[in-house]
Amino acid sequence: MKPTFEDQRETIYHVDPAHPENPALPTLRTEEMMLNMGPQHPSTHGVLKVVLALEGERIVKATPVLGFLHRGVEKLAEDGTYHQFIPHTDRLDYICAMYNNFAYCRAVEKLVGITVPPRAEYLRTIVAEVQRIIGHQFWLGTQALDIGAMTVFFYAFRDREILLDFFDELCGARLTTSWYRIGGVERDFTPELVDTLRRFVEYFPPKIDEYVTFLETNRIWLSRTKGVAVISAEDAISFGLSGPTLRGSGVDYDLRKFEPYGAYDQCEWSVPVGKNGDTYDRYWIRVEEMRQSLSMVRQLLEKLPDGPIMADVPSVTLPPKERVFNDLASMIQQFKLFSTGFEAPRGEIYCGTEAAKGELGFYIVSTGEGKPYRLKIRAPSFIHMGAFDHMARGYMIADVVTIFGTYDIVMGECDR
Amino acid sequence: MHPTAAQIQEVFPDAFQTAVEWRGDLAITVSRKRLHDVCRYVHDTPNLDFDYIVHVSSVDWPDDPERFEVVYEAYSVCHRHRIRVKTRVPEDDCVVDSMTDIWKGADFMEREVFDMMGIRFRNHPNLTRILMPDDYPEGYPLRKDFPLRGKGWRDTFTFIGEKS
Repeated sequence: MKPTFEDQRETIYHVDPAHPENPALPTLRTEEMMLNMGPQHPSTHGVLKVVLALEGERIVKATPVLGFLHRGVEKLAEDGTYHQFIPHTDRLDYICAMYNNFAYCRAVEKLVGITVPPRAEYLRTIVAEVQRIIGHQFWLGTQALDIGAMTVFFYAFRDREILLDFFDELCGARLTTSWYRIGGVERDFTPELVDTLRRFVEYFPPKIDEYVTFLETNRIWLSRTKGVAVISAEDAISFGLSGPTLRGSGVDYDLRKFEPYGAYDQCEWSVPVGKNGDTYDRYWIRVEEMRQSLSMVRQLLEKLPDGPIMADVPSVTLPPKERVFNDLASMIQQFKLFSTGFEAPRGEIYCGTEAAKGELGFYIVSTGEGKPYRLKIRAPSFIHMGAFDHMARGYMIADVVTIFGTYDIVMGECDR
Repeated sequence: MHPTAAQIQEVFPDAFQTAVEWRGDLAITVSRKRLHDVCRYVHDTPNLDFDYIVHVSSVDWPDDPERFEVVYEAYSVCHRHRIRVKTRVPEDDCVVDSMTDIWKGADFMEREVFDMMGIRFRNHPNLTRILMPDDYPEGYPLRKDFPLRGKGWRDTFTFIGEKS
């Protein structure tokens, strides 16, 4: 006879005769379960595996398994000249290639001791902030998509496209830009590019409000970000977190303010700082940073000074491309710089830069040759993964996706 | 001498070796046996307060008697200054005390140094390879004796049309 619903209920639950309306659960056999998440998982933003030890759906321990995208970039750096490493930095955090170029060029300039002319500093800062907006748009879209809000993804990517086209006009590439050079930048803004940026600065603020409206009226978004992946300020500092991930915990740590570089001290802006250290605060900081970046771009475009876009240190900096084809001395200079490189002074430096994801630093040891003797990349995504176990414990499996997202993790930079 | 370096020299006269200030970066070298004490001191002393770990790195100098150099870089969020603490490690005994009890972030960074340079960290909670496969048999990639441009295999390939 086919069992009815009531029959099944009898077999599954032990009905207590005293309280027949309130069946108690049988004594379940429980054990810790290991679950592999990734490396091929759509929400891991690359190839990242996490081994989860689970108690039901609660995470007891989360062990990240890294290295699926390891390419040995630090070893590759020892084989090329300082100029030749710039395109490798594009492939670190491939969402924000411009900022990686910026961080690397700053480190080499510190090593060699070059001062960049003011116009180049302004151009660098403007493009770096545009890159930060792109990074945060990308983050916002994908984080919302992972958590279950699809519309913001389309809107953010629509607006990101405008800026990628701007990069395309500027340097010929949308993602792997390599526009920064040691001592300056490769190419100046044309008047059309300045117009594009001016129009974008007017166009974008209402769009940010639109994203915020979409998300803040979304109950799923709020309940999946508020109070999720909380980390205290002390722990965040001890783990070495940086960028919005650290500022969400209320630590006012921003290298653009603490150790100003570029033209960040030439404009008015503030550092948004969170309180609760949860995913929602980190989201709020990134949205505020987009507004601050827009304001910086607007101010710097107003004040953009005239002048050269490359420092004039012929032993280190590249000659303008158009002169390379027509002028013998420039051609020799270009040839020498790309075949043997320039000889950096003997010594070691560390130079940290506030990229979109956190502090991206380069530690360079030079023995006075044309190549770096040792180049260490301090990648924020890698260091954030070190805190993953601490932040994931006690949360549900579904929150793992949120925690990946809240770091704004990019595996190209994490695994190097 | 930089006041921070002078202070450390005063507290650890036997361990302190050199202090170099170049391009605004302060780097001090201390002996390996007292490295953990020095790091504990710079982390805990209120006027230094190096509470933020920036990176852990390593450099290979094959010609030196003490071959490896381990580098800890720390920053103070409230005083806004940074320091680089270095120590030298010989090849036949490349062990350093782990700093995971001082800075929690040192865990992954030290694992990376172990993975890339083969330096072991005493008292590290989980010292395994992190970027390379766990069973990688061919040594430590960032050592200078690890080949930079392949192992010459490509010279042994026979190409189509070539007589072998």
